[in-house]
Amino acid sequence: MDDALVLMEGIDKHFPGVHALNNAKFNLKRGEVHAIVGENGAGKSTLMKILAGIYSKDQGKICFKGEEVEISNPHAAQQMGISMVHQELNLMNHLTAAQNIFIGREPLKGIFLDDNKQNQDARELFEMMRLNLQPFIKVGDLTVAKQQMVEIAKALSYNSDVLIFDEPTAALTDVEITELFRIIRQLKENGVGIIYITHRLEELKQITDRITVLRDGNYVDTVNTQEAQISQIIKMMVGRVIYESSPEVPEDRDQEVVLEVKNLSREKALKDVSFQLRKGEILGFAGLVGAGRTDTARAIFGADSFDSGEVYIKGEKVNIKGPSDAVAHSIAYLSEDRKRYGLCLGLEVKTNIVLTIFEKLTAFLGWIKEKSVNRIASRIVDQLSIRTPSLDQKAKNLSGGNQQKLVIGKWLAKNADILIFDEPTRGIDVGAKQEIYTLLNDLTSQGKSIIMISSELPEILRMSHRVLVMCEGRVTGELDYTEATQESIMELATLRNGVN
Amino acid sequence: MEAETTQQKRKAGAETIQRLLAFAALVILFIVFSFASPYFFTFSNVVGILVATAVNGLLAIGVTFIIITGGIDLSVGTVMTLSSVMAAVFVKTWGLPIPLGILAGVVTGTIAGLVNGLLVTKLNLPPFIATLGMLNVAKGLALVITDLSPIYFPLETGWNELAMGSILGSVIPGFDVPNAVLIMFGAAIVAGLILSKTIVGRYTFAIGSNEEAARLSGLNVAFWKTAIYALGGFFVGIAGVVIAARLNSAQPALGQGYELDAIAAAVIGGVSLSGGEGSMLGTIIGAFIISTLTNGLRILSVPQEWQIVVTGLIIILSVYLDILRRRAQQ
Repeated sequence: MDDALVLMEGIDKHFPGVHALNNAKFNLKRGEVHAIVGENGAGKSTLMKILAGIYSKDQGKICFKGEEVEISNPHAAQQMGISMVHQELNLMNHLTAAQNIFIGREPLKGIFLDDNKQNQDARELFEMMRLNLQPFIKVGDLTVAKQQMVEIAKALSYNSDVLIFDEPTAALTDVEITELFRIIRQLKENGVGIIYITHRLEELKQITDRITVLRDGNYVDTVNTQEAQISQIIKMMVGRVIYESSPEVPEDRDQEVVLEVKNLSREKALKDVSFQLRKGEILGFAGLVGAGRTDTARAIFGADSFDSGEVYIKGEKVNIKGPSDAVAHSIAYLSEDRKRYGLCLGLEVKTNIVLTIFEKLTAFLGWIKEKSVNRIASRIVDQLSIRTPSLDQKAKNLSGGNQQKLVIGKWLAKNADILIFDEPTRGIDVGAKQEIYTLLNDLTSQGKSIIMISSELPEILRMSHRVLVMCEGRVTGELDYTEATQESIMELATLRNGVN
Repeated sequence: MEAETTQQKRKAGAETIQRLLAFAALVILFIVFSFASPYFFTFSNVVGILVATAVNGLLAIGVTFIIITGGIDLSVGTVMTLSSVMAAVFVKTWGLPIPLGILAGVVTGTIAGLVNGLLVTKLNLPPFIATLGMLNVAKGLALVITDLSPIYFPLETGWNELAMGSILGSVIPGFDVPNAVLIMFGAAIVAGLILSKTIVGRYTFAIGSNEEAARLSGLNVAFWKTAIYALGGFFVGIAGVVIAARLNSAQPALGQGYELDAIAAAVIGGVSLSGGEGSMLGTIIGAFIISTLTNGLRILSVPQEWQIVVTGLIIILSVYLDILRRRAQQ
């Protein structure tokens, strides 16, 4: 292991109630892209946050360039030459792109900041990345994909020997992913060691040299990418094999139309969006980030207003002014940002479940009927097999997959008929994904209708009875599951202004 | 991409417009009051407004730094009083020279700010609680030190001249603008430069915008935050010296309530209570809006009780307008 740039051995880390890492190990060579994969809770991010100085380890040793080191804080890691691109965007929205990149290392002219030099440096960095971005733009005004690119630019600007990417592509569009991979290959040639955490297994073959698998905080194995099969990796991750399968489409598809949207438009975001959703159907919404899928969902749900267009529910025209109207019409919207919009993280599991129906569970003067609350909550927890030690557990202590089930449970308690899922499995591990898929199929067989917005094509193909493809705010095509393929969807998803 | 840039420019334009709006509101107030009363737009009355703004302006400058970090400082009013008491103790009780009295006032304010910062960063107290505690501690200490009665500066010390003398008047005859006004404008310029052109200012915004991101970027957030609270306290200390000079005395019972006017000035001037946004120019304009309003209403013989009601309505209105503007931007 003479050429090891980073060597981590016997790493142990406990969080209250969780043994996050148990004797984990990892090594990184110069000039390689090394993936770390595993289910949520496997310890990938924890291991890397220890390397980046964000968490301290309980036990174990870290060697960097052959010498044992103590990395006590993020600043120390950066000084040593270890930078991390975080999964959750860690940017200061009120500052400009350049200010974000050079925070903590501002160029000075005497006692004053030298913003001109800073902008110039940032501009050079963007040129190197072939990124079309002005350094003086406030980060809060950028798209999520651009924000992610700023975060990457910031990590690059440290000229680090080790770069850790924690799910960098989750928010990126295809163009940007291609560009990111180009940058990564370039860094690799310069001898930088790159650690790449991802849930998107299809990316492994494209970009990585070696893969380390973690499971439940334990080290499983490290394999060479070239020799590895994806199915074998998945098996190592979950300890069982998951089969690719196709949508469960019922025989009789000529069901009643429960939701019809006609010519929905809003300024530049939405142009004449029309579609139908039938009972017991999963309608997949495919498209690139920013294609208008979430805007459509939010408009239907009343979360945003729209300029023109009509919405019909079960053949009846409805006027939805806000989410409460939508909920009254049995529509549920499950946001991609569960933590922000889906759950009250500080409240108990049971309170989250009955949040939408609290008014029905209260007696005289708003006295809460605890027994009814517990009965309904435990029914939902059982039905969705939400893994929680008790109904009184705080929502924030559940894993990502179980939090997502909790959001679904909340709307099941409300008995919503039309469920709009925005990226239902984003940031959820493979095993929990499978459970969510099963759950969606169960829901449709009970006669519920689902709109599923997803940026993962395999997911769209695996689940959708029909696929609606959007690009730049308009519907560019509709495909039956029999005709939908990765290629046909991608073609429609890039059909800008109706012309390819 | 081009569209994005133009959109950005439009947003930057909107920010300038907001600042102009606050300024326009001030100008409109002046015009309205000038028409309403012949006594309003006179040299002596305008100077009166300027002097009335000086103390609140200085406090608002201090609190602006802290609000932009996403915190709050409720102690500025009583810390100002404690600072003025310390200055009086130095000059009157101990008979020390004036510069040492000034130093005592400013250092007292800075130390109080430093303690606030340490309470927030080391003991992890919420700023609201930490500074609420400091409000009472400072208030109590001021009363203890003075034994409940005001300390008057002997006229021969020339202490009063610090605020009410006029260096400008000696240079330009007839233009007798009191020093208190110069001190406030000077402090505002220095504070504005610190906020927009130095690293302290940059980190003030960074911490207020996203503290966790700042920490992960390698900033020593605890250090900078403590420093920013101390810096806020520094300006509060100056306010203490100015009010002691203006009243030619340290009034231990004074001070509580001043913090709310200071916060109101900052908020009217566009400082966001959730942090990350604001400017010194805005804060100063906010402070002027409050004192112009009070002055104008008094000249129109509106009873004081009603002046307070109007100030309250203005705060609500200005923040509501800000919310409307943000919504329009999106």
